[in-house]
Amino acid sequence: MAEAGMADTSAHSIPALLARNVARYGGYPAYREKEFGIWQSWTWAEAAEEIRAMAMGFLSLGVERGDHVAIIGRNRPSHYWAMVAAQMCGAVPVPLYQDAVAEEMAYVLDHCGARFVVCGDQEQVDKVVEVEDRIHHIKHVMYTDKRGMRKYDHSRMNALEDVVAEGRAGHYRYEHELEARIAELTYDSTCVMLYTSGTTGKPKGVVLSNRNIIETAKNSVAFDKLTHNEEVLAYLPMAWVGDFIFSIGQAMWAGFTVNCPESPATMMTDLREIGPTYFFAPPRVFEGQLTQVMIRMEDAGRFKKWLFDHYMTLARRVGPAILDGKPVSGMDRLGYALGGMFIYGPLKNTLGFSRIRVGYTAGEAIGPEIFDFYRSLGINLKQLYGQTEASVFITQQPDGQVRSDTVGVPSPGVEVKIGDNGEVYYRSPGTFVEYFKNPESTASTKDAEGWVATGDAGFFEEGSGHLRIIDRAKDVGKMADGRLFAPKYVENKLKFYPNILEAVVFGAGRDRCTAFINIDLTAVGNWAERNNIAYASYQELAGHPKVYEMIRRHIDEVNASVAQDPMLSGCQIHRFLILHKELDADDGEMTRTRKVRRNIVAEKYADLIAALYDGRDSIYTETEVSYEDGRKGAIKATLTLADATVVGTEHRMAAE
Amino acid sequence: MNAMTEGYMTADGRKIGGVLMELKNITLRFGGVVAIKDISFDIRDGEIRAIIGPNGAGKSSMLNVISGFYTPTEGSVWFKGYQRGPMRPYQVAQLGIARTFQNIALFDGMSVLDNIMTGRLTLMKSGLLSQALWWGGAAHEEDEHREKVEKIIDFLEIQNIRKTPVGRLPYGLKKRVELARALAAEPKMLLLDEPMAGMNVEEKEDMCRFILDLNDEFGTTIVLIEHDMGVVMDLSDRVVVMDYGKKIGDGPPDEVRNNQDVIDAYLGVSHD
Repeated sequence: MAEAGMADTSAHSIPALLARNVARYGGYPAYREKEFGIWQSWTWAEAAEEIRAMAMGFLSLGVERGDHVAIIGRNRPSHYWAMVAAQMCGAVPVPLYQDAVAEEMAYVLDHCGARFVVCGDQEQVDKVVEVEDRIHHIKHVMYTDKRGMRKYDHSRMNALEDVVAEGRAGHYRYEHELEARIAELTYDSTCVMLYTSGTTGKPKGVVLSNRNIIETAKNSVAFDKLTHNEEVLAYLPMAWVGDFIFSIGQAMWAGFTVNCPESPATMMTDLREIGPTYFFAPPRVFEGQLTQVMIRMEDAGRFKKWLFDHYMTLARRVGPAILDGKPVSGMDRLGYALGGMFIYGPLKNTLGFSRIRVGYTAGEAIGPEIFDFYRSLGINLKQLYGQTEASVFITQQPDGQVRSDTVGVPSPGVEVKIGDNGEVYYRSPGTFVEYFKNPESTASTKDAEGWVATGDAGFFEEGSGHLRIIDRAKDVGKMADGRLFAPKYVENKLKFYPNILEAVVFGAGRDRCTAFINIDLTAVGNWAERNNIAYASYQELAGHPKVYEMIRRHIDEVNASVAQDPMLSGCQIHRFLILHKELDADDGEMTRTRKVRRNIVAEKYADLIAALYDGRDSIYTETEVSYEDGRKGAIKATLTLADATVVGTEHRMAAE
Repeated sequence: MNAMTEGYMTADGRKIGGVLMELKNITLRFGGVVAIKDISFDIRDGEIRAIIGPNGAGKSSMLNVISGFYTPTEGSVWFKGYQRGPMRPYQVAQLGIARTFQNIALFDGMSVLDNIMTGRLTLMKSGLLSQALWWGGAAHEEDEHREKVEKIIDFLEIQNIRKTPVGRLPYGLKKRVELARALAAEPKMLLLDEPMAGMNVEEKEDMCRFILDLNDEFGTTIVLIEHDMGVVMDLSDRVVVMDYGKKIGDGPPDEVRNNQDVIDAYLGVSHD
């Protein structure tokens, strides 16, 4: 709890918080990582010793005040430590997306002028080496995993553990300097620089100060009453602001334990083993888990299936009410308790959610069924709305006021207002300092009074005071006949179907809407297996007539639901196609946080969009794809274009 | 035999040591069939040595001679400077030779972890009784072996399937598990019989990386049979080419690639 923390005025930087935690929670675990099949753990005291040694190692390599230290790798304690060690030296940590291709990395490394780079493994080192001939300011590269690194030219390269050893050996030489540097840190010195995912254009470097991070952590920890006993699983990209807030900001403020998975592929197993009490995941993780559960229940015996269906029906009816502390009849309570014993308990255990106290989802809209599923099991899943520039929190849902269609009330310390054009603005202690080397963008995003434009359109709901987000402000447009066009609204409805992974709706300035669909290979593949539909590839499955038929039914249902809303009825989808490849961040079609880049998709597949509007039944296309190692290839396909049923078409017929 | 002591440097800066195994005038007959006809070559310490040739050239028989599974009808095998007589499989393992098979030979019903643990069997010292009773040094010993096995699991990046029964795994992963089991014996020399057969490009790339890395990290000598010419030419330091049981070429990949006999017999048309 934040008890004594409030009075702690000296805790004005992450290194200062670290020292405070050593004094307060010294013997409690601070970090765990599964390595060689066993959870290795470090107490606050041990972690602090490692971090100090690493910082002294950095000093020995010549890290200067204000240097940028890029960190590229998966969630590992040593990478988190490298960020804090950099802060101790007065440098600025810059975590990067590890799945970025060399080209994207080159831009960011060049933009921030990184002099030091910490890489997770050989793969990341290779990318840095590749761009080094263009970017000359990189002084030294460090790597965590030694594997395959022996043959590299080590004149400007070191294993991170050797740097730590060097720091430790040079203890007497560097300690004085290190203390001096730590003492220089203030509430307004830069804590971290994070690059936005760049839905539009080049990524921007968001500079966040210690004040931003610590104030935000302090408020949000108090909001959810987090304590030093929480366990979190750190598995989301380190370059993402959310991970920084949860795994550094809140963890340092509240003093809880950060657990790092063994590898990305073991995430689900590790989740179950740790059983976090505080958990964050984007909707797709919850969707994926639910899909897995449903697929496996399809394979269960009749009795088990019946038991599952029976108690899930009950849970859907009374579960959320029980979670919110609303009145529920005695019989239902009894039934729910039994269900807890037979179904919910074991299921939560399998999912790794047995101990969860607070769960958050954000980033995208979550399907109401998915959201209700988890809440009905008694998992306190809530939504929040935030962005990098706000150090995450803008609004969040208080316990007991949780719904799938709002994003909650303004977080503590945050002011929110709606502009004349419907755009959401906020002002908070977490509001970023500036965009690095980009005063124009800073000025156009943050006004003199500190209000920041989110770029999202939304409104406050009458009565509850909860914020609802409709769409990206710039995506909301008009159709040719002046009707409102809100693509995200329709896309989200489509994406709530497990079979649909992504949807991109077009229609701005046109007389009707059309859509690209990406099927979900897990869900549709499983369905195909059950229905004896053979397929050899994603492309073949996507083009199957029966899959088309299935997707058409989903779209018809969405159309019917969209038609209910008189304002948005123009957004019904008239024609669609299923894309022959998954939209991919490597091809620039999505951001690294998996948000569709609408303009790029529209540009790249202009031929397909044209075909959707000229009434053809099929079209041949060739698409360039990039592989993970940066090579290019091409996918050739002939795609089917299909019609969907539109409701209430009088208005439309005229246009046709 | 001054080659015993000399080594050579590879283009990528690895130091190859002296002769680890020497095969002298090997002939192998099965009744009237001559599988291998008077072949001699050597394998050096730390080297990646490939054996290639068209189908039925006698590659797998050669590998079986190297592994000691077949005793050559004529000729002799010298390992670490000593002539090797007929051997039982456990003796081969004790010499520090491990292998993988063309057709995967794993225990389908056992987990990946247990399969890899079997690779350490010859290194375990505690007796049957103490192992069965989990008594004395047996528990402690298993911890030590498990630690070694976990390092291999980490090395081959198969943490996520540690507890999965092998029977449920796709082909490419089974191949990797088999490699893991061979590595578990901490071999001095590793024999790989078509490690990339039936793999897709991505799996092949992974496997190549593992082979190079394990040669680099552990200094393991590797002898492999492979059909994918791209793989062989990229991976190996020296190549033996066989055709109809005879050796028709031996040398670095570039040299073999330009050898007219080899081109005629196997590679067909040069692509350069």
